[in-house]
Amino acid sequence: MKLLYFAWLRERIGTGSEEVTPPEGVDTVESLIDWLKQKDPRYEAAFAETVAIRVAIDQEQADFDAPIAGAREIALFPPVTGG
Amino acid sequence: MSVRIQEKDFDPTTELEALSAGRDDIGALVSFTGLVRGGDVSEMTLEHYPGMTEKALEKIERQALERWSLQGVTIIHRVGPLAPGARIVFVATASRHRAAAFEAAEFLMDFLKTNAPFWKKESTADGERWVDARETDDKAVARWALNPKARD
Repeated sequence: MKLLYFAWLRERIGTGSEEVTPPEGVDTVESLIDWLKQKDPRYEAAFAETVAIRVAIDQEQADFDAPIAGAREIALFPPVTGG
Repeated sequence: MSVRIQEKDFDPTTELEALSAGRDDIGALVSFTGLVRGGDVSEMTLEHYPGMTEKALEKIERQALERWSLQGVTIIHRVGPLAPGARIVFVATASRHRAAAFEAAEFLMDFLKTNAPFWKKESTADGERWVDARETDDKAVARWALNPKARD
């Protein structure tokens, strides 16, 4: 699946987009973030404050406990500040 | 009905004329134009999530159309680098009577600020900083649920 990062999350991780294949058992947004944090210290730092992270699955707002099975695109980003 | 994300500037007068051109069923046109504030900010850069941004704005527009009887809606949001004083966002509504146009324009802006995936970064003499989300913006959205038909 494709992961997208925006704003300061993109800067802290060092990329705006990447393809990942999470192992079995990584089945929610929350477990996906936990898996990323274990992969590399960059993610550990970027996701230190998950209260400040929002998520969209296939371009629709979602919650941390949402299932990720079948998702094509998961975006993680800080609270929005447009307008 | 129109939603646009663009780098280039827009002309509010042209947009309002386009909304009402050739029609005689519109009695009220309301518009809001947001500008980049200056002060210690030398430049503002708008990032967004292409694809989701359009979907989110179209959804907000649909919600407004379900709630009020509107003859037309225009939403424009600029992205990329913007100088202080530059136009950044434009919302216009057309209706038979003014109450619907006023309320819908405010509703659209409140929801745009909290539900559309845009992020602002400010450049100052001290460096760059991402703008934090504001609690007052969440409260502005919450009141529409508490008070479904009218403003406070």
